[in-house]
Amino acid sequence: MSQVLTINPITRIEGHARISIHLDEAGRVSDARVEIATLRGFEQFVLGRPAEEIPRIVTRICGICPWMHHLAAIKAIDGCFGISPPPTGNLLRELCQVLAHIHDKILHFFFLAAPDFMLGPESDYSVRNIMGLVRSEPELAVQVVRMRQLAVAMLERFAGKAIHPVAGVVGGFARPMDAEIRRDLLVDGQVLLDFACQSLAFAKERVFSRFIEEMLSLGTVTTGFLGTVDAQGSLRLYDGLLRLMRPEGNFDEFPAGDYHRFLAEHVEPWSYAKMVYAKSWGEGFSLDPDQPRGVYRANTLARINVCDRIATPRAQEELAVFRELFGRPARGTLLYHWARLIELVYACERALELLADERIVEPLVYRAAEPGAGRGIGHVEAPRGTLIHDYTTDENGCITRANLIVGTTHNVAPMQLSVRQAADSLIRNGACDEHILNRIEMAVRAYDP
Amino acid sequence: MKPKLSCEWLHGCSGCEIALLNSGELLLSLFQQVDIVHFPLLMDHKYTDGAGDDEEVSLPEADIGLVTGGVGLESHHGVLKAMRRQCRILIALGTCAVHGGIPAMRNQWTAGCTMETVFSTATTEAAPVPDAVPALLDRVLSIDEQVRVDVSLPGCPPRPKMIVSVVEALAQQKKLRLPYKSVCETCPTVRTGKGQAVIRRGTAKPEYTPDEPLSRMRCLLEQGLLCMGPVTAGGCGGREVPLCLRSRVPCRGCYGPVHEGGNQLLDMMNALASNGIDYRTIIDRKSLLRFSGAHGRLRPEKKRRGGQQLS
Repeated sequence: MSQVLTINPITRIEGHARISIHLDEAGRVSDARVEIATLRGFEQFVLGRPAEEIPRIVTRICGICPWMHHLAAIKAIDGCFGISPPPTGNLLRELCQVLAHIHDKILHFFFLAAPDFMLGPESDYSVRNIMGLVRSEPELAVQVVRMRQLAVAMLERFAGKAIHPVAGVVGGFARPMDAEIRRDLLVDGQVLLDFACQSLAFAKERVFSRFIEEMLSLGTVTTGFLGTVDAQGSLRLYDGLLRLMRPEGNFDEFPAGDYHRFLAEHVEPWSYAKMVYAKSWGEGFSLDPDQPRGVYRANTLARINVCDRIATPRAQEELAVFRELFGRPARGTLLYHWARLIELVYACERALELLADERIVEPLVYRAAEPGAGRGIGHVEAPRGTLIHDYTTDENGCITRANLIVGTTHNVAPMQLSVRQAADSLIRNGACDEHILNRIEMAVRAYDP
Repeated sequence: MKPKLSCEWLHGCSGCEIALLNSGELLLSLFQQVDIVHFPLLMDHKYTDGAGDDEEVSLPEADIGLVTGGVGLESHHGVLKAMRRQCRILIALGTCAVHGGIPAMRNQWTAGCTMETVFSTATTEAAPVPDAVPALLDRVLSIDEQVRVDVSLPGCPPRPKMIVSVVEALAQQKKLRLPYKSVCETCPTVRTGKGQAVIRRGTAKPEYTPDEPLSRMRCLLEQGLLCMGPVTAGGCGGREVPLCLRSRVPCRGCYGPVHEGGNQLLDMMNALASNGIDYRTIIDRKSLLRFSGAHGRLRPEKKRRGGQQLS
């Protein structure tokens, strides 16, 4: 008899989703799906709103990465109103973005993912979590909580509200940073960089080395990759060119404003989340596990794969080690975690670079914007992947059309493939238990959806 | 035995959960005081045992339940009812749970219209809208429209310390102390009683001297900027100044009305009128209900002008 196994909800991820795995009469996996079961409809209810208000509305798309939506929207509305911020405005915006990446990565790695590795994928569900980690590794847990808190506090000190921010404004940034705050942030930034380097050393020694086989095999699939680089091909999070890499490693580069020429969104009846795919490859879209078409991945591993280098020294050292071990492009799905910690190091180094720039305390932080008709496309690399906001305004500067491509959606299709691959390799003759199901979830968790 | 804590999220963004995690070392002390029995963001307790396509939601019993997000999908009913059934004290955490929040902005359109718009964007393939998913409800509801709520703790998100102190007080069966002032009552800006007669666009910036504290800045509403401070529940800044004001930007009302049952739109119209400000100079008046569109406050308009609905 055929059978359906469900994992409902997928836990230790930052959203609502479930997995269903279909088994045929022989107990073989015939289908596996990650179903994203929620839709709020931002593209509808931003219509008619004054465009300058949008950056304060779309933050609520995600309470974990509200800064990403805030900034992508601000850049897009800058475009609608035809304004560009002064240098200090851009520096302050980017500083907020990298600080937000820092606490996000600490959250994902230590609070959500690490329990699988440190307590073991087979440990009981009641202890396989951050509360269990606090009991088994209290010193580490206290440090992690403090460091995450520090990154949040740094943001709050000059940007006020850390969750659902308001400090970015169309035309620039709301308020200059004062010199005293900058001095404090430089000290704290160094503490975070030290912690980031320690975390990566710790993870390589205590976590990744014990699971090296899983790192290479669990949920591993062959796909393309999407990320952002500067003109030298260096990793960028705040701005730059999109680089869309084919599975073989060759790539196209384009400005975010051209996204519609390269990307399209596929709709399945069982998922509210659309599946973004590479239209420009001209092969259409397919989730056939043996021969997927148009599927690429975004988020940390993708960014680490598409960049030629990282422009900060510590992160570049780590990138070189990573490439030495896993090649380019690296395909192992659990390598997302490793790539995430390399990006954590980069984000800390970049925060210090921005703070070291003398212009960051200059008083001119915005230029006055005039509402009007136009179209603007803004993009940033969110923790979960390339984030694109596209708005059109009428002559009153109110929204008439919106298109949002949210980081996670790039990975909806590859997550299907990874779950299918994990289920195929772990479920034998229809035999499945809680531990196998958790391992399948680990393939999803790596994507940090 | 430690009190048991159960957490669920519905039609929200997980910002309330992150606010709880942002409480830092208070979070560690909370972990020592309660046993968390269900919390999808942090632990692997499932609705079912995984065998079969069972839609029944099974949740553990708990002394305290936290629910974030409003009710926006068919599937939320079962989860919310199970939480109510299993939790002795149920807390509506965050503005979405208490007043609908930002997701209730879609109450100005039907669910069908929203689906149509979302699945017909420029880059979306032509395809029927998904139908094998939990259906969107026609309106986003606050949770008290569906079940009895014992404690309402609004905020978008609520202040981290406040979340922990409320859970701790309930766990220790102590009396709760909740904020009751408006944002204005917690804001130190200078009010002279004589302001602009109009509201300017959101692109306008306030005047202030960057080095000076907020207590030397003129009230934003008096400077002609739309600030929802008079009609919005305070508490976002704790004993310090309100959060948005710290960045010198006006309040948008994210804690919902000052008193439960208040209407931020009507209350604000009154506040503007009593300050001699012409409400017609506000370009988007419905946005005054940006955070409190549940309880039937926002509804689809019967007739719309041609280009306004969607293009």
